[in-house]
Amino acid sequence: MRFREHSVLPGFGLAMGVTLAYLGLLVALPLSATLLRASTMSWAEFWRTVSSPRAVASYRLSFGLSLAAALINAIFGLLVAWVLVRYRFPGRRLADALVDLPFALPTSVAGIALTGLYSPTGWIGRLLEPAGVRIAFTPLGVLVALVFIGIPFTVRMLQPVLADLDPEIEEAAAALGAGRWMTFWGAILPGLWPALLTGFALAFARAVGEYGSVVFISGNMPMKTEITPLLIVTKLEQYDYAGATALAVAMLAISFVLLFLINLLQWWGRRRHA
Amino acid sequence: MLEKTASTKGTTDRRAANRGIAAAAVTEPRWVQAVLISTAMSFLGLFLVLPLVVVFSGALREGVRSYMQAITDPVARAAIRLTLTVAAVAVPLNVAFGLAAAWAIGKFRFHGREVLTTLIEVPFSVSPVVAGLMYVLVFGRQGWLGGWLEAHGLRIIFATPGIILATIFVTLPFVARELIPLMREQGTEEEEAAITLGADGWTTFRRVTLPNIRWGLLYGAVLCAARAMGEFGAVSVVSGHIRGVTNTMTLHVEILYNEYQGTAAFAVASLLSLLALLTLAAKSVIEWRTARADDRSAEAQGKEEA
Repeated sequence: MRFREHSVLPGFGLAMGVTLAYLGLLVALPLSATLLRASTMSWAEFWRTVSSPRAVASYRLSFGLSLAAALINAIFGLLVAWVLVRYRFPGRRLADALVDLPFALPTSVAGIALTGLYSPTGWIGRLLEPAGVRIAFTPLGVLVALVFIGIPFTVRMLQPVLADLDPEIEEAAAALGAGRWMTFWGAILPGLWPALLTGFALAFARAVGEYGSVVFISGNMPMKTEITPLLIVTKLEQYDYAGATALAVAMLAISFVLLFLINLLQWWGRRRHA
Repeated sequence: MLEKTASTKGTTDRRAANRGIAAAAVTEPRWVQAVLISTAMSFLGLFLVLPLVVVFSGALREGVRSYMQAITDPVARAAIRLTLTVAAVAVPLNVAFGLAAAWAIGKFRFHGREVLTTLIEVPFSVSPVVAGLMYVLVFGRQGWLGGWLEAHGLRIIFATPGIILATIFVTLPFVARELIPLMREQGTEEEEAAITLGADGWTTFRRVTLPNIRWGLLYGAVLCAARAMGEFGAVSVVSGHIRGVTNTMTLHVEILYNEYQGTAAFAVASLLSLLALLTLAAKSVIEWRTARADDRSAEAQGKEEA
């Protein structure tokens, strides 16, 4: 079997060479430098770093809150996508364009804006203070930031699928006497699962690695509101390169598992669609 | 406009009629719609609109004068200049890479195409902080090339080159991921025709391929530029936070905020927010134009078939 099918088009060698050289220098080289650096540590040393109580507390916070945020994004993302695709109302186009704001807004801007909003003197924080609810500088604040950055993922995954749904399925369900609620659960939702799960996984993956929007609102208290990426930065600032690298490798491993999972989900979605 | 095309096209016509008959059965009662719409819009208002309002009101709360002062301050101006410089290097390089990758992956069939496409997406799944750290481990004083760089008096980490490298990494997939599916979908027939007619490869690319992908290319470049100017985590790790030297706009926002200069922080943040809004507007315009172009080509195809 040959590596490449014959083509009359020129430029494969050049284009492929540029692509591989660019990826090699900018992605493969730094990745292997990180893995090699980690491999100079002994296993016991590596394990001590990644399983220290402070690191474990940070995983618990990062993963727990990322899961919660992705779940909130899945539910509200479905609602927003549904409303944008199915209904016509004033301001729909504006709302549709605004959904991508978390992609376009720098994370440090999002961070100080959310902190300004939810701190005890902020517009929302002030309203909640008398009720004894604190958001900024508590895990709840981290959750708010993670929900913010995850909004576009589920909405954008679901919109095209919702728009492509065959109306005849719903008509058939209605003709067979199903109510709207039953039609939704029985006829519409099953077709949305791949997109919903992919959006959920993408939002989760983004939330786990998020740094900028979280560091302002979290208060950064070790063991309480310290996320894993922040712990890496802290170790770097103390010139603990080995410790930072160990945590980074742990995070990279998780990222790659998630990337694999997302690819699997997308493949499932394509197969369902075809 | 919509009704007009529907009445001229058979399939749409039938669907529209079907929908009319069954409309009552396949949509929600008015009050349910109203509840769903207001819940969704409140969610977006709370999470997207309010933060924007906070930025602009925070920037202007001490008047236009202090706003202007904050954004024309020499350190702020240096940060703006650095941010623009970084984007001016990172975006063209990623555009060139995106074109090369899409030409190789989109126009040719070879083993490992899918793997290569996935590899290009890797930077999106790496935490920005980890991305910055990876570059420190290559180019930093303790890194692989650190000794060699120091011996030659070169500085990458805690200097502009490091910021540019980290930015290129986090924005690497934007153009390529737009162009690869687009070029693959368009196939190779037009290019093959041009080559057969005697055009050389470069002319074919410029005159045949490029016009076909121009909106996708612009779309990818806009997203790439927005992220390049807005990146925070990766840049923060490699920058060293040297005021007026290695401070980008996003880092400047952080420094001002941590020094309790809230108004100035929000003023610089408002510039970045304007940039984000501009990005969203450009994105919407491009999406609208490509949707219209798709409609037109679908219509032309429909006519041909008829």
